[in-house]
Amino acid sequence: MMTDQTTPEDFIHDKGDHYSHIKGWGIDFDNKNDPTYPIKKRNNAEHQGYSWPRPPQQQETVEILKSVERPNLTAVYGTSNPPAGLSGVIRRYAFKYSESSYGRWLPLMLADRINMVEGVVGDIAKGHLPNIAKELGLGSEWKYNKRSMIAKSILAGVAIGVLAYRLCYNKKNK
Amino acid sequence: MNYRGPYRVRADKDAPLPEILHPQDAIVQVLRSCICGSDLHLYHGLVPDTRVGSTFGHEFIGKVVEVGSAIENLKVGDRVMVPFNIACGKCAFCRQELYGNCHESNPEATAVGGIFGYSHTAGGYAGGQAEYVRVPYADVGPTVIPEWMDPDDAVLLTDVVPTGYQAAEMAGIQPGDTVVVFGAGPIGIMAAKCAWLFGAGRVIIIDQVDYRLEFAERYAQCEAVNFRSIGDPVAFIKTITDSLGADVCIDAVGCEAAGNTMNTLLGRYLMLQGGSTTALHWAINSVKKGGIVSIVGVYGPINSLVPIGNVVNKGITIRANQASVKRLLPKLIEHVQAGILNPKELITHRVPLEEVGDAYHLFSSKLDNCIKTVLIPPAV
Repeated sequence: MMTDQTTPEDFIHDKGDHYSHIKGWGIDFDNKNDPTYPIKKRNNAEHQGYSWPRPPQQQETVEILKSVERPNLTAVYGTSNPPAGLSGVIRRYAFKYSESSYGRWLPLMLADRINMVEGVVGDIAKGHLPNIAKELGLGSEWKYNKRSMIAKSILAGVAIGVLAYRLCYNKKNK
Repeated sequence: MNYRGPYRVRADKDAPLPEILHPQDAIVQVLRSCICGSDLHLYHGLVPDTRVGSTFGHEFIGKVVEVGSAIENLKVGDRVMVPFNIACGKCAFCRQELYGNCHESNPEATAVGGIFGYSHTAGGYAGGQAEYVRVPYADVGPTVIPEWMDPDDAVLLTDVVPTGYQAAEMAGIQPGDTVVVFGAGPIGIMAAKCAWLFGAGRVIIIDQVDYRLEFAERYAQCEAVNFRSIGDPVAFIKTITDSLGADVCIDAVGCEAAGNTMNTLLGRYLMLQGGSTTALHWAINSVKKGGIVSIVGVYGPINSLVPIGNVVNKGITIRANQASVKRLLPKLIEHVQAGILNPKELITHRVPLEEVGDAYHLFSSKLDNCIKTVLIPPAV
């Protein structure tokens, strides 16, 4: 992997006096008339472009999927759970699209669901049988909402029973 | 804490320890972390690129146990509150104190800065619902906890208090204004409390959960209304404001709003928009002409249905952002010291980190009158 080589100088674009030919340009400017006040201390730094002295670049030790709306990696980033497996393939595909596209977000949602199945398979492959009830937090449901939990369990049991009966009945009739 | 898919999380005892990956990193041993309402969007599988194996948690405090070679402001042993935003302090946006919009902390999206434990859409950082966390740009965000401060207050200053405060601040509240807050979760309650600090004349909080409304009424000294009991909330607000509408509406709900079947179906179940926009609809339609809608509720990145025609026709100003925690902390610390804000009163449950599955279910299902849950790591 190649660590990002861009420098602030690559992005400098000084607007200078480009508006000096427009008579009256900025004459009514009122820096207090700023709907972002007070959440932004306006200094127009972004008018200088992407040219600030960047922090040192974190070394790339894992695969990072970068937004196509950026020219480079940010100076730091998280390294948890790099893309892998089928979900990783879908994530790489999704990152070909901009953040404004359904092509970016819907495949990522699909990848998340596939990743869930990959997680279960991965757990079992490592010899770890997931304790689904504990992961779902059913302990707190039992502790604080016992009556509802029992009612739901009975309802689910009846529904499964009816479904099983129907399946058996259909098989017999065939 | 280890995310395994929607509604499934577990504690992993053999999680690898984080390492310094950048000269401006620090490693922090977590003393407390919270489950945020916005963590539930991750937990419910609504945020794209939430990978299995992720550790959530963007509200935490801890003790510095290791620092990178470029760290000057922190030392090993310091107890720090860590803002949920990861901010470089140098980019064009950080230099304007937009620390929630840093351009050097999230390679995976440009619309949102880096956030601890909030999916790869927010940078892929491991979060604070753990024993140890890697904290990038540790010289910029983390703030040493004053000796006098209760750790329970400190942990809520990393998100809940600044976000609630900024919701009120962005609303441009003028003395005497009627402020309507949608959502009586911890953020909405804090927004209602803070609305008074800007001179609100009347503060009304709207939700559908009675115990939360009762809490909000007591804690934020505001009027509390259950939208299930008033018919159309927009018509109700017009009725109590001489048909003009509220001066200011705050959306503190975000993408899991109840109250409209179509929005719930499209936003929460089919996920064809960036969440259910019901609270935002109500805010836009309840505010007066020329009024301000302040949004701190979290929505997904894809398109969402909102009545934009009414925004235009009413001349509404919409203001929204992730809270700029670092900018607000000095003022909020003063407010806590002066007793103006008492964040720790929001905490209703303390759960060992090992029981994180139960803690999430408790908070998500609003069991046992839960308002705010704090996770306590085993070593603490």
